[in-house]
Amino acid sequence: MDLIFEKSRIGRGCTVLPECDVPIAEIPKSEARACAPRLPQMAEIDISRHYTELMKRTHGVNDGFYPLGSCTMKYNPKLNEELAALPGFTGVHPLQEESTVQGCLAVLEKTEELLGEITGMDQMTFQPAAGAHGEFTGLLLIKAFHKARGDVKRTKIIVPDTAHGTNPASCTMAGFKVISVPSNEEGCVDLEKLREVVGDDTAGLMLTNPNTVGIFDRNILEITKIIHEAGGLNYYDGANLNAVMGIARPGDMGFDVIHLNLHKTFSTPHGGGGPGSGAVGCKEFLAPFLPKFHVVKIGDEYAFENPAQSIGSVKAFYGNFLVVVRALSYILVLGNQGIPEAAGNAVLNANYMRVKLQDTFDIAFNNICMHEFVMSMTKLKKEKGVSALDFAKGLLDHGVHPPTMYFPLIVDEALMVEPTETESKDTLDNVVAIFKEIYKNARENPEAMHEAPHTTPVRRLDEVGAARNPVLKFEKWK
Amino acid sequence: MGNYIPSTQEERAEMLKAVGVGSFDELYAVVPPDMKVDKLNIPDGKSELEVSEIIRGLAAKNKVYGSIFRGAGAYNHYIPSIVKSVTGKEEFLTAYTPYQAEISQGILQSIFEYQTMICELTDMDVSNASVYDGASAAAEAVAMCNTRKRKKAVISGAANPMVIQTILTYCEGSDTETVVVPAKNGKTDLEALKEAMDEKTAGVFVQQPSYFGQIEDAEAIGAAAHEAGAKYIMGIYPIAGAVLKSPRECGADVVTGEGQPLGMSLAFGGPYLGFMACTHDMMRQLPGRIVGETTDVDYNRAYVLTLQAREQHIRREKASSNICSNQALCAMTAAVYMTTMGTTGMKQTAGLCYSKAHYAAEQISKIAGFELVNDGDFFNEFVTKTPCAADVVLKKLADADILGGYPVEEGILWCVTEMNSKAQIDALTTVLKEVRA
Repeated sequence: MDLIFEKSRIGRGCTVLPECDVPIAEIPKSEARACAPRLPQMAEIDISRHYTELMKRTHGVNDGFYPLGSCTMKYNPKLNEELAALPGFTGVHPLQEESTVQGCLAVLEKTEELLGEITGMDQMTFQPAAGAHGEFTGLLLIKAFHKARGDVKRTKIIVPDTAHGTNPASCTMAGFKVISVPSNEEGCVDLEKLREVVGDDTAGLMLTNPNTVGIFDRNILEITKIIHEAGGLNYYDGANLNAVMGIARPGDMGFDVIHLNLHKTFSTPHGGGGPGSGAVGCKEFLAPFLPKFHVVKIGDEYAFENPAQSIGSVKAFYGNFLVVVRALSYILVLGNQGIPEAAGNAVLNANYMRVKLQDTFDIAFNNICMHEFVMSMTKLKKEKGVSALDFAKGLLDHGVHPPTMYFPLIVDEALMVEPTETESKDTLDNVVAIFKEIYKNARENPEAMHEAPHTTPVRRLDEVGAARNPVLKFEKWK
Repeated sequence: MGNYIPSTQEERAEMLKAVGVGSFDELYAVVPPDMKVDKLNIPDGKSELEVSEIIRGLAAKNKVYGSIFRGAGAYNHYIPSIVKSVTGKEEFLTAYTPYQAEISQGILQSIFEYQTMICELTDMDVSNASVYDGASAAAEAVAMCNTRKRKKAVISGAANPMVIQTILTYCEGSDTETVVVPAKNGKTDLEALKEAMDEKTAGVFVQQPSYFGQIEDAEAIGAAAHEAGAKYIMGIYPIAGAVLKSPRECGADVVTGEGQPLGMSLAFGGPYLGFMACTHDMMRQLPGRIVGETTDVDYNRAYVLTLQAREQHIRREKASSNICSNQALCAMTAAVYMTTMGTTGMKQTAGLCYSKAHYAAEQISKIAGFELVNDGDFFNEFVTKTPCAADVVLKKLADADILGGYPVEEGILWCVTEMNSKAQIDALTTVLKEVRA
């Protein structure tokens, strides 16, 4: 389809603003830009149709099954959208006097309290805008803690090899060296290897539990103890909290600081890649280091407070506030029964799919899993030349978003499946049948699998060419 | 009480049976028993109606002002109706990062168009798909400039304090040396800035217009940065960007900014949008997602996430940044906004801001005690003195349903946009005259 710039016609436009009602002041020529930016000239109907066309070329959660492992693509309730759009929230300037924003402050404080109980943490900041941003913030808390004690030799963070790529990247941004520990044959942390790498230079450990192969680490208390005894702190990556919320709390597993992805676990939409929210919670002893603008309740009034030894700010203002409104709405609807019920059904759905698929596919670490499981396409690749990528592209022709591909790194030809609790048994049965049908086709006619997809708006792309000769903006101006 | 789970009790029982367990508890057999939560100490679930009432009640406790003369990092601009109509489409809202390009052309093309518009606005070669906000964009830009030999940032003290704070926090993480050069007359102190630069300086950050609204001599600052062998980062206000000398004209290597004025609500500080663009030379240091054009097997034009060799999922601890998402829906908001306004509308908005701010400054500064603090031209923000404590003035204005300027050290920082009619500005000055009396 055409780009918006190709649809632009000189002279078209929208009438949005009134004439100037004060004397016109001209920007001096010496300060003015030589050429104006070239922006599209479009009538409103053209803009509207352009984006409707783009909409039809986009697959969202409402378009069909979206089992993207570790991304928790659950349904995004409509109520949340309506409440986040209330003028009483959207029209508030972030620098208004505290007495005029008591409602906003109450949203932050109440959500902090609820999430604190759900995670077993004492205090929380909503400033980080995404999970990776939360990781960075949490690691800065760990850094500040050691520094405040004069314990300056703690420069290393231990990260299991199953970790998401953001974990080691966040460590580097926070000035730490990454020590990778291999997993054992069960896909969990190898305790012996962990004991070998801890020492007086250990600043902490970053762990996702359940981990990225969908396994709850049964040794979790031992793991966090090993780190604590070495003088390090434990960081919980909340990417997979959906499996255990209301069942087990990171705070009770020995973690000192966590981040949550409100856009995963707490049902706020992903927006095509953002905005999300990477709230960071911590135990009381780390609270003095939290970012600025922590909300406190004094009597009946809410106020901002800057923690005494704050790490500063990781962005302007207080975070993606409207995302927090949505998460609050979700938690209030679910309550103390609904939270564990959501987790339980997420785990049930994953296990149901796993069991229905295990006779056909190789499941990595095939045992009762948590919210997700990992299939390996190695056999199909070896025998028929059909890769995880080919399989994923085959799914596109059936209106199913593929699982996360080639992750975690410890499983070859990996497809990581996370159905979430908001999918029905009917959907899962249907998808299981599709998975099996594609598998059958792959064995019978492997060559055809390299051609998939056929029915999508575009077919397989030349990604190598895109990176080799980068075209990153429209250039063909008339 | 409430949940969003479709499966019935019967179906759940059937599925548990298929899995080979007798209960939900058995699914969690691996969790140590004494760690298990008995019952969360949070309220019972509620119906949609009840939750709607509770949260509407909270929204009602906020004050939304009839007229707003406050900016300082968040700006009250008009949002054309079509913006929310487009970004409310649930395909855009509920999709995730476009990993599967074949079914994500809508998101990918919208980002490619956004990148083009940001390149136009900043007059740069390359834009990424956006980052969290203007402050984190500035901090990422500083990190982009670091090299093995140069790892020091010189920051103009005339930039927004929250942006400066964010840069400092990021630099603390990456052990980058920082110097904040105090502002002079509401602008960058060029001489002091030159003195702060040395052979270790990797990047110089300046905001245009300054936090105090003053129009910087951005070209001279750029020349000084380059003379010291440093990269030049400009943080710009996108509305002013349509009319002020472009960052390329000023010699910028990297341009960042807060995209909120491009169609996003004030929303108590977020979600906003961080835009980032740079010269071709800096392309491979640019963090974040980037969308590129390519073709599919049938030679159709198509779009895909590209240059991923910079990113965390490939490079892990050696990545240029840990960022793995963007603010896609906000980037789309900005693209729809810029399209709706077009070149003419963007210039008109900037012109209205400039004219109305100058009218307001003239009217306000005529009142004794509210004289302008800084000389030199400003865009749409300016600082005046205040004849009494700022909060007394602001309280008076609040009583008249006006959100006044933001209190700063030397007085009050006022902001005027196209949203402020002449009647609103005149009503403001009427109240200020009463304060004096």
